[in-house]
Amino acid sequence: MDDLFSNFDLYLRAFGLTVGLFVVSGVVSLVVGALLASLRVGPVSVLARAVSVYVTVVRNTPLLMIFIIMAIAGPRLGYTFKSVEELSVGDWSVSAYFFRSCLALSLYTSAFVCEAFRSGINAVPLGQAEAARSIGLTFPGAMRQVILPQAMRAALPPLTSVQIALLKNTSVAAAFGMIEATARMKYFTNRNADDRVLIFVAFAVGYVVLVELLSLVGSRLEHRWAVAR
Amino acid sequence: MSASVLFDAPGPRTRARHRIYTVVAILLLVALAAAVVWRMNERGQLAYDLWEPFVTPEYVQALWQGLLDTLQMAALSIVFAVVFGVAFGIGKLSDHAWVRWPCWLVVEFFRAVPVLLMMFFVFYSYGVGEGGIGAYWSVVIALTVYNGAVLAEIFRAGINAVPSGQAEAAYAIGMRKSQVMNIVLLPQAVKIMLPSIISQCVVALKDTSLGFAIGAPGLTYVGKQIYGEFHNQVQAAIVVSAIYIVVNLILTGIATWVQRKYVGEKNPLELTRVGNLDGGRNV
Repeated sequence: MDDLFSNFDLYLRAFGLTVGLFVVSGVVSLVVGALLASLRVGPVSVLARAVSVYVTVVRNTPLLMIFIIMAIAGPRLGYTFKSVEELSVGDWSVSAYFFRSCLALSLYTSAFVCEAFRSGINAVPLGQAEAARSIGLTFPGAMRQVILPQAMRAALPPLTSVQIALLKNTSVAAAFGMIEATARMKYFTNRNADDRVLIFVAFAVGYVVLVELLSLVGSRLEHRWAVAR
Repeated sequence: MSASVLFDAPGPRTRARHRIYTVVAILLLVALAAAVVWRMNERGQLAYDLWEPFVTPEYVQALWQGLLDTLQMAALSIVFAVVFGVAFGIGKLSDHAWVRWPCWLVVEFFRAVPVLLMMFFVFYSYGVGEGGIGAYWSVVIALTVYNGAVLAEIFRAGINAVPSGQAEAAYAIGMRKSQVMNIVLLPQAVKIMLPSIISQCVVALKDTSLGFAIGAPGLTYVGKQIYGEFHNQVQAAIVVSAIYIVVNLILTGIATWVQRKYVGEKNPLELTRVGNLDGGRNV
């Protein structure tokens, strides 16, 4: 346990990487998921069906398989993501592993975000959409002004669930080269086998704190947006 | 709300515009598919000898064995998880605070810990070495506690979803708490909980793949052995993913059928912030 406390900066940096993976993948998955949901309920049926196929395929694939496709099958097709390391904004540059993990996590989570938004859209009362049509709003207008703001309220509980699951799924990156919290726990356990339970509890508490924070944010937002019906 | 309410019956100009969008979309999708196939061809990934292991009987049998191992791990963990979930779900509903709070603590803790972290802990602490329990049981234990915590929530939500009049009527005719639970609430709650439990089976099945990181037997492990031998990573990834997708689709189909048959028009269970990748249900 002394090892853990004397190397506490490693612990914090590992969780920092977890949070970094989560924030980047979370934002990307929210944006892409919202876009996919709009296509899914839109009038162009080819796109709606294509999105439906994508969501079904990705929802039924384990996240690990998506990581394997990116990390193990990708290089065989020539995609090593090394070119990302050459892009740098000022002092910041991104490692290929980070980019690859965020890509896999975002692709996986966007499918679930799309479904969450779709369930939110379905929860908006029918009369709202009819009223929007009757005052002449087109599909983009109706979505933006009437449907999506109300859908956000209904979509918030499943969205919070999905983002919490994303936070926990960042741990899978540990098996593919990222030294985030789970990999760091393995490192400490290998060095101090007699403190293994305490080390586990220390890292588990870190995750519990992050999950509860996220849960708190979700419930605060829900409370803020709640309306009496 | 059906999507057709969002946009009115299209007039001629809109129909023409949609036709253009449809053509562009089809072209883009075809171009994407063609690019994937062309890229694979360029790298020689469409060669027959890379795909051959998947039509050779011995390797198909190895894959089948791996699938059976995976299904076995998932089934075992769900069975133990149901026991865990029932125990802690009832504990959370208890009237005694000294029972309720520890159960709440345990359930919250195991819901928030990632499955891979649990697997690493169990494996590297108790699984390696000569007296170790091995990777298989590490996976089963980790999956059991995680799914058990989620099932405890499902159980609690199921019991609370039974109309309150049932419990009130049972108390009114003089039943004790355990009788109310066993005779009146549980049988009705099981029907409500069944689709969520089957969905949790899908989650357990997907999470068994994480055993890859600790070398546990299963479909992904067999895939790794195959691509280690034949260097057909792309093909192995595609085939193993396809197998997972088919099995999960079957399970999800069963869950939908059970939902329609036994629960009918009522809403599926709402679990608050379980971290379940359900992505919401579409009513």
